[in-house]
Amino acid sequence: MKTIMTDVLVVGGGLAGLRIAIAARKRGHEAIVLSLVPPKRSHSSAAQGGMQASLGNVTKGTGDNEDVHFEDTVRGSDWGADQIVARMFVDTAPKAVRELASWGTPWSRVRGGDHEVIINEQKVTLTERMEAHGLIAQRDFGGTKKWRTCYAADGTGHAMLFTTSNQAVCHGVEVHERTEALALIHDGERCYGAVVRNLITGELVAYLAKATAIAAGGAGRLYSATTSAVICEGMGHGLALETGVARLGNMEAVQFHPTGIVPAGILVTEGCRGDGGLLRDVDGERFMPHYEPEKKELASRDVVSRRMEEHIRSGKGVQSRFGPHLWLDITLLGRHHIEHNLREVKEICEYFLGIDPAEKWIPVRPTQHYTMGGVRTDHTGQSPSLKGLFAAGEAACWDLHGFNRLGGNSVAETVVAGMIVGEFIADFCDKPENSAPFPLTLAREFVQREEAKLAAILDGGGSENAFKLYSEMQEVMTRHVGIFRQGDALLAGVAHLQRLLERSADIGTSGKSRAANPELVMAYRVRRMIKVALATAHGAYLRTESRGAHFREDFPHRNDQEWLKRTLAFWPDETASLPSFEYEPLDVTKMELPPGWRGYGAKDYIDHPDTPRRQQEVDAIRSQMEGRDRFAVQEALMPYADKLPASLAGRNERLDEPLETSQ
Amino acid sequence: MSAIDNNTARQNAGQNRQLSINILRYDPSDPASRPRMQEYRIEESDSMTLFIVLNEIREHQDPTLQFDFVCRAGICGSSAMMVNGRPQLACRTLTRDLPNVITLAPLPFFELIGDLSVNTGKWMRGMSERLQVWLHAKEGETDICRIEERMDPDIAEQIYELDRCIECGCCVAACGTAQMRKDFVGAVGFGKIARFRLDPRDARTDDDYYELIGDDTGVFGCMSLLACHDVCPKSLPLQTQIAFLRRKMAAQGLG
Repeated sequence: MKTIMTDVLVVGGGLAGLRIAIAARKRGHEAIVLSLVPPKRSHSSAAQGGMQASLGNVTKGTGDNEDVHFEDTVRGSDWGADQIVARMFVDTAPKAVRELASWGTPWSRVRGGDHEVIINEQKVTLTERMEAHGLIAQRDFGGTKKWRTCYAADGTGHAMLFTTSNQAVCHGVEVHERTEALALIHDGERCYGAVVRNLITGELVAYLAKATAIAAGGAGRLYSATTSAVICEGMGHGLALETGVARLGNMEAVQFHPTGIVPAGILVTEGCRGDGGLLRDVDGERFMPHYEPEKKELASRDVVSRRMEEHIRSGKGVQSRFGPHLWLDITLLGRHHIEHNLREVKEICEYFLGIDPAEKWIPVRPTQHYTMGGVRTDHTGQSPSLKGLFAAGEAACWDLHGFNRLGGNSVAETVVAGMIVGEFIADFCDKPENSAPFPLTLAREFVQREEAKLAAILDGGGSENAFKLYSEMQEVMTRHVGIFRQGDALLAGVAHLQRLLERSADIGTSGKSRAANPELVMAYRVRRMIKVALATAHGAYLRTESRGAHFREDFPHRNDQEWLKRTLAFWPDETASLPSFEYEPLDVTKMELPPGWRGYGAKDYIDHPDTPRRQQEVDAIRSQMEGRDRFAVQEALMPYADKLPASLAGRNERLDEPLETSQ
Repeated sequence: MSAIDNNTARQNAGQNRQLSINILRYDPSDPASRPRMQEYRIEESDSMTLFIVLNEIREHQDPTLQFDFVCRAGICGSSAMMVNGRPQLACRTLTRDLPNVITLAPLPFFELIGDLSVNTGKWMRGMSERLQVWLHAKEGETDICRIEERMDPDIAEQIYELDRCIECGCCVAACGTAQMRKDFVGAVGFGKIARFRLDPRDARTDDDYYELIGDDTGVFGCMSLLACHDVCPKSLPLQTQIAFLRRKMAAQGLG
């Protein structure tokens, strides 16, 4: 058995994984990143529009701060988020943007003076403060009160990923490219690393580590129409699920982005609407103001996507051979703006649609986009049920996003969680008790088990075709577990997935190569994917309410009384055809922002019994403390300062909030 | 172009083209494998890209076929390959822009993994280490609680323009010098140096850059054939950047 030992093993070479590895290196620990592909090709690179951080540099961001970002995030989550984690996040986001600036990210900058923008179909002249000239600029995004999204044109994720990946090279982070974790090595209580397959040679190696971090991204490929890269197959989720002890949180919370292009499903950024783009129907009419008078096209994604599907159902979709769609109109932004701030969008329209978006409307439809659910962790990023296992980014349920993530908060989460969880992982590795000798016998058992599984696929004479099971799973998820959900349909979907799981035990391959072999890869991944799909579909069936992106037509109201809790799925019995479920309540009595109306979307919800009392307490604290600074009020409502790593503490400076020089 | 005319004519007749996809097959991990061309036939469909073609072949005709896609949206650079003799991103190549007979081969120069899959990542990491393509900060740790250092908005945009490189390898695959010397850093490397040279946050001087690219493996190895400029999928201004760098490095060398 070939064995590699390290301090920190990171599964996934995107922004979250690389940032964790850098944190570990800076604290003197060894780190190895496993990546299916060269890390600069990770799906982080596809983030276009930007990352939210309350710098408040632009005129339309004046008055922005952590408090406003916090409230937007919690409202966006439909109160599913962990509010302590949301506080840690909004506090660290400005630091993350500034760190990236110091590492070389070419953030777009504020130009002092007048400039013209399009707001609600009107040309408006904004005057940027001269003292803000040259600072990092922000644009508007959905579900936010202020212009808060920092960007590098519309290639933000790419610019951030290249910066971070190059920093990782500088810090000597080892990246083992084209390797894939097949199983976590654990004894039911403690995680010790992973069995890893080299995707070129096929060799299996036991990687043993003090801390193992899953940062493998989302599970978009559970669906047939997704904006996700082809590597976003929920394998990080699957690895955790197959331990039988780690929990996946809120897998039924799946985000559909309003503007995937038809038919390719490729994303065009929310920045299109943030910058003034409109949604139009078959008659060329702008329809969002009719549904959402307050936020119009810039309500949160779950709400806009539902309104679009509703509008299509009312017969207002544009018919095409690929099914109905709507139009995204950015022609009103003008060619100069499109060619400078929306260049990736322009390229995508030219190459995949053959149109010039400065002249023509873009055919769009809501498309699977983001997995809010993930490996459940505490605020340090560690699994509460499997010591030594950490998770961050889209693969994690930390839980920043609850039931709906705001645009610009995911790419922000990757680096912010990378910084925070990276520090906690370094703390974990610092402790002598976590350096106990590695269990080599256990590792050998895990490697042998994976070898046996591969042999069964290659030599077992199975009759099922992995690619067929894959596309059937995608069809089931798309048909039964989409934007609008319904009990009977979900149950039928679950039953279908269970049959697929059974069939996946009998997969065979035509090629027998143990080295690079795409058919073998699909064969071992698809079974794990079907398990993650079952956690998603059955979780959606059990949740008899509507919250954020999870919408049940048969239970259309948010029901805080019964469902203000996190779904936890785990798979204790390997032979079972369904995961087990348990629920983790959210404590209203400790919330800084008790549940209420989001400011967009439906106004009818069923209150939690504790909500009125907590709201009174919050109101009382606010009125008693009138005149005190916002930090004191916040601390009285929900203290969180002790939760952040010491190296990331400290207030964020803004033009309107200068820091004392003594700090 | 006749292919497009043919296509239009067939579509008018309500008939899809039959495409002949010819792929250079070779599995270096298998001692019995010999490089060979293999033909697959596939019916064209509307908005069909080479991403769709190759996946259909793998799913329905030949599950052993190796190729790389990640974002499939022209953003990540994974799918660079030779399409009818020209390096380009397969994911965003529409079949309607190609003739009926399509020949696909892996990018030359890079280590072959199998069929159309090449190890660009390994080469790019080596180049990144050699040219130290990270920002060399002027002072020590930045206080990230403080307001960020200002930057001229135009400079930021110019840096972003060069930062759009996706390391797909097309420029190196098309490079005359790279065919002759394996240690050539290629246009991708020059693009990186130009990018950091432009960045006011970077402490390095032309003296430092000269150490990295001031020889025949660097900017003086370029023969100015400039296929790199023609094939860059991101339309980076490689021609002007290489010429500019060479002038600066020559001045540095003479100075």
